[in-house]
Amino acid sequence: MKSSTLSFAPGITRVARALIGPAALILIWWIANDSAWVSNKLLPNPFDTFGSLWSSLLSGSMTVDLGATLYRTLYAFAMAAAFGIPVGIALGSNERIYRSVEFLVDFFRSTPATAMFPLFLLIFGIGDFAKIAVAGFSAWLVVVFNVAYGVMNSRKTRILAARVMGASHWRVFKDVLFFESLPQTFVGLRMAVSLALVVIIVAEMFIGSTNGMGHRIIDAQQVFDLQQMYASILMTGGVGYGFNVLFIALEKWIVHWAGR
Amino acid sequence: MNLVVDLSGRHYPRSEESVVETPTVAARPHITVRGLSKSFGGVPVYSNFDLDFPKGKVTCVFGPNGCGKSTLINMIAGLIPYDDGDILFDGKTLKQTTIGYVFQNYREALFPWMRAIDNIKYPLEIMGMSKADCDARVEELIASFDVKFDLQRYPYEFSGGQQQLISIMRALAPHPEVLFLDEPFSALDYEMTLFIREKLQEIFHATGVTMIVVSHDLEEAVYLADHILLLTKRPTRVADNVCFDAARPRDLSTLSSDAFVQTKARCLEIFQREVRK
Repeated sequence: MKSSTLSFAPGITRVARALIGPAALILIWWIANDSAWVSNKLLPNPFDTFGSLWSSLLSGSMTVDLGATLYRTLYAFAMAAAFGIPVGIALGSNERIYRSVEFLVDFFRSTPATAMFPLFLLIFGIGDFAKIAVAGFSAWLVVVFNVAYGVMNSRKTRILAARVMGASHWRVFKDVLFFESLPQTFVGLRMAVSLALVVIIVAEMFIGSTNGMGHRIIDAQQVFDLQQMYASILMTGGVGYGFNVLFIALEKWIVHWAGR
Repeated sequence: MNLVVDLSGRHYPRSEESVVETPTVAARPHITVRGLSKSFGGVPVYSNFDLDFPKGKVTCVFGPNGCGKSTLINMIAGLIPYDDGDILFDGKTLKQTTIGYVFQNYREALFPWMRAIDNIKYPLEIMGMSKADCDARVEELIASFDVKFDLQRYPYEFSGGQQQLISIMRALAPHPEVLFLDEPFSALDYEMTLFIREKLQEIFHATGVTMIVVSHDLEEAVYLADHILLLTKRPTRVADNVCFDAARPRDLSTLSSDAFVQTKARCLEIFQREVRK
């Protein structure tokens, strides 16, 4: 028995090991539900929940909400990245400017994004863009902060090497500083996309939305459709996890030199 | 820093005069350092320091720890600013001169996001050389270095010695007038040190480029050098400038020749005298 397990390819063994945790959680969930440790009113049967997830995906009712959430999150994230990376590099390459705005960056980074909903509603109205803007703003701060730190902590030798070869400031900026800060930039991008998702979900729950996963979760809760609520929570978790996996893969591919 | 370099142009005639008065080096000077001053946090490292580096020769800089060997060549190469003084290359400023610089830590000096071949091309691209000329120059370097490994790979895929060789090729690509090497062997194992040392000799033989090598290994310094520049403790002065004119190419037999042993002993004597002061 043991030898047959060992003969599996290492990839399969790794996947199998990674599945032990989730399988155990589902087992505990099932036991808790089946033996009525937890009231059925609070915890539905796990298999019914997965069935509900599957059928709402098939029927397309969840895909609409999923699409709306993905669209908003990626929109917010794209703005954060597009404006955050250049600003971060600019701030990071001039430490005096960074020090003078450091307080602002840290202050707004520490301010819960949800506290700024009313402000963004005032500015952008109660449309979709208010949600995207508030998520984009919080994600942008994370990108700026990380990119700036990446630039500030970049190894000076490479900058000197470029300079001794006669590189102009602009060339040092685009050929060296940008790449030197990429590993930290990716840390920032990964945190930013997670944060954007969180803010978008909360915004969909509480600031008037007609679709989106946040809206779906709160709707299911209101009508006490627990299976649907759990199914939607699982799906949202899957999206967040998916983003993380995607960004790690992207980082490995683009920042191929990291740690070598 | 550039301001200081620019000003130096005006003082050029004075520098020329003092070159003639400097007796230590017989060969034609390539780099002239005059009245160089530099202090770190109020502590002077160099104060009114004068020095010539001969053209087409290998000068090894040797001295006690912290005497500012690297600081000296970094100031000459324009990597760190100096407080006062003139540094000229054949009468030209640094801006008018093409130099090459090889760092001690090749890992931190090569660009890991570029393939090795693009690293070597980089200084040529900065000079605005056309793509065809870049390619031709790289081919020329590959041929003259007899490179057997695939330069399409990334720097981190090579051994330490190969990476340092790539650094040297990058430094030599734009046909520099002066090649600076800051402890080029100290991050390498012994086998690679020997390999790179021989490569440097070959390059010197083939190009006759003026080389300035900072070293912390006296044997290595004497082996490579035409002149061993011995520096004192801070504030740094020239303790002596020892000539070693053994024939090139030098090999293992050079290391056991009388001239080598005597030169090394003399350098060591001066060094120890300076350290004990």
